[in-house]
Amino acid sequence: MRIGVLASQGAFAEHIAILHRLEVDTVPVRLPHQLAPLDGLIIPGGESTSISRLMLSYDLMNEIRNLAKNGLPILGTCAGMILLAKEISDSDVEPIGVMDITIRRNAFGRQKDSFETDLSIPVLGEKPFPGVFIRAPVVEQTDSEVEILARLADGTSVAARQGKLLASAFHPELTNDLRFHCYFLDIVAGDQ
Amino acid sequence: MESGTWKVKTGLAQMLKGGVIMDVINAEQAKIAQETGACAVMALERVPADIRATGGVARMADPTIIEAIMKAVSIPVMAKCRIGHFVEAQALQVLGVDFIDESEVLTPADEAHHIWKHEFKVPFVCGCRDLGEALRRIGEGAAMIRTKGEAGTGNIVEAVRHMRAVTDGIRKLVNTPRDEPMALAKEMEAPFELAEEIHKTGELPVVNFAAGGVATPTDAALMMQLGADGVFVGSGIFKSSSPEVRARAIVKATTHFQDPEIIAEVSKNLGEAMPGLDIKQIPTEELLAPRGW
Repeated sequence: MRIGVLASQGAFAEHIAILHRLEVDTVPVRLPHQLAPLDGLIIPGGESTSISRLMLSYDLMNEIRNLAKNGLPILGTCAGMILLAKEISDSDVEPIGVMDITIRRNAFGRQKDSFETDLSIPVLGEKPFPGVFIRAPVVEQTDSEVEILARLADGTSVAARQGKLLASAFHPELTNDLRFHCYFLDIVAGDQ
Repeated sequence: MESGTWKVKTGLAQMLKGGVIMDVINAEQAKIAQETGACAVMALERVPADIRATGGVARMADPTIIEAIMKAVSIPVMAKCRIGHFVEAQALQVLGVDFIDESEVLTPADEAHHIWKHEFKVPFVCGCRDLGEALRRIGEGAAMIRTKGEAGTGNIVEAVRHMRAVTDGIRKLVNTPRDEPMALAKEMEAPFELAEEIHKTGELPVVNFAAGGVATPTDAALMMQLGADGVFVGSGIFKSSSPEVRARAIVKATTHFQDPEIIAEVSKNLGEAMPGLDIKQIPTEELLAPRGW
């Protein structure tokens, strides 16, 4: 299994480190030719405007959009979730736009409102998952094909899946809990 | 729900990696920075080159400027306070800036102590010239480190010196025998626990950016190849003849720092870089990097 990690900007090294711990072959992706052949792709946290501009500059955007439409499994965390969404309610970021979700960026406020909290994510089992939310987005609306995997206590949606696309508003790559990545690898392998 | 934790402070710095943080003095420049791909902006009243030219006491920017910049962009906004001036930092935190730079570019307010940064919910970035200085700042609660370089000169030589000094310190700690980190920590004037952590892990516990003299795409890529996690560009962009073109080029060179073909390509037709200064021609008392303790 070979997983690409988009390395335009952001916390890509953290995802690569987790995949190495899981003994998965990884490729940092900065240019279109690095996309083939991959079994899955991770779009990390970072600044979605910055990542979007960099993806547009060497036509990485269209290549990834096409691969996603053809069934490539993709995990997006935070900025990655924003980039997967078809709709972003309050900005001019051009997303890849393949998931039927509407996202609100910086939904909790500025950095002083960033927080940690334990999350219940039923698909990962009973043990709570450490949720790290940094200037995080939220899922505002979804299509019926989208499954919400995690909610905050007030009901806010913070993780979603649609087919082979998986997205979280929080940062599993900043924790030592590997279950979210394992769940994605199960999707890649066709076991989920 | 717990806010202001060490994890979310250092985590924001991790999200900035591989990116370019640009100095801006108004909303219009901030929008250009965001549009060209900056991962954050530093809101200032004057860029370092102008602070250098103007002289006098340099202080925290007028909150009106900072608020206008925060309103203009969705990327993180940083702002500078004077070394040791914890009330400027309190004010910046209330304004809602995402990161505070306790910076030697402003005139120090305390010649013995830096701010006790653990008390704040907002993360801090601080400058360093070597590993000992980096670890003292992390010990006080800095969630991100940058080289000091020599701000406002457009001359990369000091940033290179500082980045190499940090790397050299890490190498020495890693290679020292198990029973000798204490002597090295003493020599480096570094907190022992952090020196010991580096002896074990071989890496800094926080993100380390390059700053102070980056003026071209090649400067940015040079610092990345020397091990920087990202770059700050101060006067280098908006003191050049074509800020937008240069900003885009520096952003691309930072991402593609290992790709000389792309770096050569983006270096074409950038117009005039900011006028540079030879460090040796600057009177010692006007150097910014020695500020900080």
